[in-house]
Order: sequence, then structure tokens, then C-alpha cells
Amino acid sequence: MRVVGQRIRKKDAMQLVTGKPVYMDDVAPKDCLIVKILRSPHANALIEDINIATAMKVPGIEVIYTWKDVPNVRFAQAGQTYPEWSPYDRLILDQHVRFVGDAVAIVAGENEACVDRALKMIKVKYKVLPALLDYHESIDNEILVHPEDNWESLYPVGADNKRNICSHMEESHGDLEGTFADCDIVLERTYHVPAVNQAMMETFRTACYIDTYGRLVVLSSTQIVYHVRRILARALGIPQSKIRSLKPRIGGGFGAKQTVVTEIYPAFVTWHTKKPSKLIYSRYESQIAGSPRHEMDIRVKIGADKDGTLRAFDLYNLSNTGAYGDHGPTTAGLTGHKSMPLYTGNMEAFRHVFDVVYTNTLATGAYRGYGATQGIFALESLVNELADILHMDPVELRLKNVVREGMVMPAYFNEPAASCRLDECLVRAAEMIGWKDKYPCRDMGNGKVRSVGIAMAMQGSCISYVDVGSATISLNEDGSYRLAIAAADMGTGCDTILAQMAAECLEVSVDEIFVSGADTDSSPYDSGSYASSTTYITGQAVVKAATELKKRICTLAARMLECDVDDLEYDGHVAKDIKTGKSVTLQDIGFKAQCFNDLALQVTESHTSPVSPPPYMAGAVEIELDKETGHVEILDYAAVVDCGTVVNPNLATIQVEGGLGQGIGMTLFENIQYSDKGVLRNNSLMQYKIPTRRDVGTLRVEFKPSYEPTGPFGVKSIGEIVINTPAPALAQAIHNATGGYFRDLPITSEKIAMYCLEHENE
Amino acid sequence: MIVSIQLNGKKIVDDISPDMTLFKFVREHGCYSVKCGCETTNCGLCTVFFDGKPILSCAMLAARADGHRVETLEGLQKEAEEFGQFIADQGAEQCGFCNPGMIMNAIALFRENPEPTDDEIKRYLAGNLCRCSGYEGQLRGIHAFMEYKKQGGAACE
Ligand code: FES
Ligand code: FES
Repeated sequence: MRVVGQRIRKKDAMQLVTGKPVYMDDVAPKDCLIVKILRSPHANALIEDINIATAMKVPGIEVIYTWKDVPNVRFAQAGQTYPEWSPYDRLILDQHVRFVGDAVAIVAGENEACVDRALKMIKVKYKVLPALLDYHESIDNEILVHPEDNWESLYPVGADNKRNICSHMEESHGDLEGTFADCDIVLERTYHVPAVNQAMMETFRTACYIDTYGRLVVLSSTQIVYHVRRILARALGIPQSKIRSLKPRIGGGFGAKQTVVTEIYPAFVTWHTKKPSKLIYSRYESQIAGSPRHEMDIRVKIGADKDGTLRAFDLYNLSNTGAYGDHGPTTAGLTGHKSMPLYTGNMEAFRHVFDVVYTNTLATGAYRGYGATQGIFALESLVNELADILHMDPVELRLKNVVREGMVMPAYFNEPAASCRLDECLVRAAEMIGWKDKYPCRDMGNGKVRSVGIAMAMQGSCISYVDVGSATISLNEDGSYRLAIAAADMGTGCDTILAQMAAECLEVSVDEIFVSGADTDSSPYDSGSYASSTTYITGQAVVKAATELKKRICTLAARMLECDVDDLEYDGHVAKDIKTGKSVTLQDIGFKAQCFNDLALQVTESHTSPVSPPPYMAGAVEIELDKETGHVEILDYAAVVDCGTVVNPNLATIQVEGGLGQGIGMTLFENIQYSDKGVLRNNSLMQYKIPTRRDVGTLRVEFKPSYEPTGPFGVKSIGEIVINTPAPALAQAIHNATGGYFRDLPITSEKIAMYCLEHENE
Repeated sequence: MIVSIQLNGKKIVDDISPDMTLFKFVREHGCYSVKCGCETTNCGLCTVFFDGKPILSCAMLAARADGHRVETLEGLQKEAEEFGQFIADQGAEQCGFCNPGMIMNAIALFRENPEPTDDEIKRYLAGNLCRCSGYEGQLRGIHAFMEYKKQGGAACE
């Protein structure tokens, strides 16, 4: 292939590295009202009285809204396809505030200073209610997070707000109890993952203004322009035709911006005042009122034979969705669906049960990995522990049981593993890290131990039977092309990757195609960029559109040359009648399309998929652990990924490295702690430690590309899977260095040092 | 209060509020390359040069820059392009939001120390957070840039 598979620079690269103004706050109207949110100091309270009279007197204040001013229509902020699995449990502002940081009032004014002053002058009388902070006590607790009667669940996910249940689902296959009873060994452990943050460098933000037609324009840092439009239309009670939603460059998303976190507030202000407004969350607000990963307890049970045959799997996860149910049911499903199928090899039976419950803590959302991360940490850790008990090498144990190409995966909706080189990924990752020599550890004789750990991962490539991707490609008069999409490039490079695919089909270079979007006024419908779907789903739409467009180009060329299409030779730039030798250029065709022509050289195609082919990977890590301080230094991380065809090796590599970095942060440092009043303590990058370049060690990435028959050019996905191996691999390395099994993330130096101290004499 | 600040070679006299940060000042004067990723001096996105030395503009009052020279990436476009193309060749710019701050600091590093070791690079740039890249691609880009300089690429600065 000429273009697919090449290390092509991102189309926006030079604009970004030279610091050009391309992000929301760089391009927002300059005369925006500044919007800020007054937040609840209580975890659970009713607003008895709210007095804005004094605050309104602050010079420069335009408007202040409270719960009395907003429609009593509940909606979900989760950017999901209708009917969402997430419950409709939010109002724009609610009399009942449900976590510390929940919105109490919207204040808009001329500048930050006056808005800050006004925020302090709003007098609120709260009726403080007892708060439900421990998610283990949620189900049937007398404190109800959502007692209201207009709470609504659109989809049968087993939700019941009168029991604090956002979702309960069960699924099983085979004779679980019988198989466990027949196994030589049954091992069960419980793991915990906190509600870690995406911490994208650009915080949540949105600007709004009114356009020529009196419509609301929403310029937001979002992954989901179409869902934004639909959600705002419902929440504001206005038709979708009155809203235009678009995104500029996005300073990172990682799923955070798959939720409508900020959009509704400036949208409400601008719609009612008809003045431009913007809301930029501080880092503090992004931490305490963002949309982090679901905190979970994951209990896994494996039944195995002495020879290492893994036969039965039982996984239960209790997920804390916080005060609102955004992405609650769907994330919890992935915890099982995207972990257990790794061991399809000898699997006879499995069961997956989950509960997603409400508490008076920060609502959670979508974060790269989306539930799979939690499940894989638990399952892979347990397999490593099982290897110890069976006295087997963890690599050998896995090779005996992994899913292999051609198998049908009962724990993955009975989908086939049509493309899978997981076994080779595993062998290669072990080889790269020097597993044979280094497993389990070497005492360096100076209080430090070097050790290794390994884990596997999978993810999906879309939401099967749901996601829709579309592309419009048109030929310009000068022979260049426009590719319009509503998938959102959030740094991942999808603008470039999709252009590469179009260029491949149209036999031109990437530079001859410009990409526009995402904009609901001009891009064809797309679910948006999430669920690792863009390359796989929107990519196929691009291929379909490009193929059809090329056909039309040839038809028009044949008309121009007055020949039969079958006699045409076309190389992407020139169409030649092989019989006469006469030819027309792409530019000629482009001009012809604009003059006395009824054949549109513009094609829109959509794509969707009944399957979601998993990418697979293996990650192996070598660490040096200081037994005195508990410090873990990552020496080397080897990652080998089967993401199907690699469209752009540069961008795929960076995806892997970036995901490993986030996974490392989540495993070792990033913590979420609440006070007993429900105040989130890790509310800045001072307290919430994300990795610096001195914390990640050397990351080495290789690919073992399989060919996925349902994907464009054989692609699967890469965006999410890459965050999943660090937690189990590091936990195992730390175990191999210390003897301790750490089942609660993050595994901080303190925890390790304490463990070493307590077990000094063993 | 009235301040006079030389911003990217241009003298700007402005009446500002005494509590205005330098970050806010440079953005209000069109230097949009300067970004904010925290309010706690942890991310490095707001890095600018103050009399030629990198500082965090979110942690300095504009008033303190009175009578001083301030530079942002807008004033260093040639260097940004020269160095940035090596980041671009790795695809390491990803979302790009952290890039201006990191590139400012990298330019400062090379001015001080044209041939830094990996350890010196990581130490110098440790305060420049990036959530997308895992840093490895940035390091490869830096290596490629140093190689190009060694081969006689145009002098930096
Ligand atoms: S904005 Fe983060 S260091 Fe200045
Ligand atoms: S490229 Fe996105 S934060 Fe660095």
C-alpha cells in the first residue's frame, strides 16, 4: 500500500508545534460573558432557599440562574447513542444537590473578577441530609441518591433508583458450579480500582454564541458533536435544528470529553441572554466535578486444573457511579466482556454479574479502557497469582489458555476471533524484556530488587450494533478532495489516518485531501470518537465513500471521453481511453463536474458493524524496587500490540506509549481520596500526581499486525487497549520483588514500604 | 497600574490590575500559544521567557514584568518550527496542548546546554507535563533534533 502503513505527519502537526491559536479559548469570541458555577459544599442536601439579590448587584453581572429557572426535564450527560443506557437523572440545576461540587447556580458576567465576587454573595440555605459515601452500602440504603419520581431509565439495564441501583445485569455460559466443583483448584480474590482522572492537559470548556439565523452555536472541546446537539436540545427544550455543535482542536480527551460536562451551562446562558458566553473549568473543577473512571471492586474466581488448564471464570464487579449514572451500565459490562475472553482457550463456563450503584460522590464517566481496565487488572493479577500457586511460569500458563485466531469467544457475545496474534504478542513481549533470565527477580544487594511482570489485554473496535460512522468526500474543481467527518481528532490523529485511507482508495497523496469537521452543520452523522471506533467504523465509511466517488469520477471521465467505462485506465490523476489514447486529467473532471453536470462528485457513506473485533496486546515490565522507600523505578516496558493493520506506525506507537504512561500513573501514583464529609482531596495536579517524563522509564513498542477481515484495510483499534496492561504487570513485578500481593490501586511507595517493613524478617 | 513590558520585541504599555498574572497578560495581548493546565505551577504549559529565562507565567504577576523582556512562542517561530518538525516527525505532538510550553523549555535547554544527556533532558523538562505522548516520542524527537544540529543544521538562536 502506498499511503496506508506510512509514517505520515499529522496534518495539524506544524500548527500545533508552533503554538498557533487553534483551541477553543484561542478562537472563542472575544466578548464572551464569563460563566462560572456555584458548587455545593455538601455531599447531600436540599436547597431550602437561595438568594441572589445582592450578587446581582455586583457591577458587570449579567445573569444568575438557580434551580427555579431551568426546565424540569431530566437528561443524561453521557455521550451515547439514543436510547442511552445511562439513566436520565440530571437537571441543569437541581434543588437536590448530590455531591460536594454539584452545581447550585450559574453566574455569568462581564469578567472573571465580577463573577468571582458574585459567587461569594449568593446566599444559600441548605437542608443538609445524611450522605451515602460508601458504595458497599448503597443497595437498599435508606439514603436515596435519586428519590425523585421523574428519574428515568430508557433501557432495560436493571436500574432501580429507589434502591440506589443504576444497573444490575447477569450473563453466564456453561455449567459454572459443576466445572468449579470438578477443578483441582479454585482461587478467588477481590481487587479495587479508584475513580482516577483522565487529566487531559486542556480542561473541560465550551463557548457559545448566536449565529446569523438566531441559532445556538456550541463551540466545545468535545469528542461527540452530534450527541452534544441531541443532549442540549433535550435539556434546553429546543429543536435540534436550532443548535449547531462543533469542535476546534481538542487538548486531549481520553473519554472525559465523551460526556457533556460543561456544555449545558454556557448554552443555557447564551440561549437566554442571546450573548456569547464561555465556561472554562479550572483544574480544580475538572478534578472535583469532571467525569472520571468508575471506582470498582472486582471479585474474580478462576477454576483450574493442576496442569494449568483454566476452565471456569466468575467475575462480579460492584461499580460506584457516584451521584449520576453517566456511562454506569456500559462500563460495568466491559469489565467482564473485555477481560475473560482472553482465556477462551480452555474456557468451559463463565459468569459475569455486576451492580452499578449510586453514592454521594463525584459522578463518573468514560476513561480510556472504559471498565475493561478494571476487569483486566483483576483477572490478570489473579492469573499471575494462580501461576505462583501452580508453580508455573506466568507466560507458559497464558500460552496454554489464550484465545487464538479462529476460536469463538462465548464470553464476548460469541464473536469469532477472526484476527488474533495474541500468543505471538505474549512471546515477543517476554523476549523483549528478557523474561527467561529475569523472572521473577534479582536482588541487587543494595536494598534494591529488580523484577519483572507481565499481562495481556484486549478491547473492542466499536460498539457493535450501535455505532455509526460516516464520511463525505467531494472532488474540488482543481482536483483536490474534501473529506468531511464528525469523528473528533483529539490528538489521536484520526484526521490524518482517515485521509490516508481516502488517499489510498483514490490513488492520491494525503496532501491532496483536506479534512473538515467535526461540525453538525457540515459533517455527516457520526456517533463520535469513543469506544475505539474511529479507525474501524468511520474508516470503513471513508473507504466506501472513496470507492463510490472513484466510480463516479470514472463515469464522468468516460462521458467526457465518449468512451465505455470499461475502456478507461485511471491512475488517480489521469483517465485515459485505452482505445483512442485520449485522456482527461482529474482537474478537467473537477471542472466538468461544475458545468452542465448532474452526476454529483460528492459521496456520503455510513458504516456500522455487528461485530467489534478485539485488538490484543501483551505488556511486560522490568522495575527496580527500593525496599526501604518503596520507590518503584520503571526500567523498561515492552509492549507488543495486535491492532490489525497499522495505518500510521508513528501515531500508533504514540498511542501505545501515551496509554502506557497513563496506566503507569494510575498504578503507582494517581489516587482519589475523600474526607468523611465527602470532599475530594486530590483536587489539583499538586495532589493528583500524573507521571512526569522521569517516571515512565523506557517504553518500547512493537506490533504484530493481524488482518481483520471486517475492518478497512484490515484494521482494528488501538486507542484504549494500551492503558490496560500496566496495572497487572506492575502489580506482579512488585509482588516478585517484595512477596506481597497488592490488590488495591494505586500501589504507592508508602504501601510498598509499609509492606516491606512489616515483612522484614520473613 | 501602568506597566511597560517588552513582549516579543514590542514595547507594550498597559493599565493593568495589580493582581493580573503574566499568563493572563500575554494571552490578552494575543499570545495564544501560552496555555494553562493547572493553577498550581505543576504543568509547565504556561512557560514563557522572562529576560531570556524560562518561567511559569501563571505564577508571576504581570506587574513584576514591568520593565522586563517577555517572550512567547509567537516570538520564537523560527526556532519553534526548526525544533517542532522533529516532534512532528514522531507524531509526538498528539493533542499539542502541552507543546508550546515544552518547546519553549526545550529551546531554553539547548541554549544552555546544546548537547544534553538523556538524564539532563528529562531533568530539565520534568516540569513539562504531557498526558498524551508518554514522553518517549518527545525524547526521540529531541534526539533527532540533536543529531540534525550535530550534522550542521542552522544554529539555534
Ligand atoms: S499553568 Fe500549570 S504551571 Fe502554569
Ligand atoms: S500532546 Fe497532549 S498533553 Fe502533550
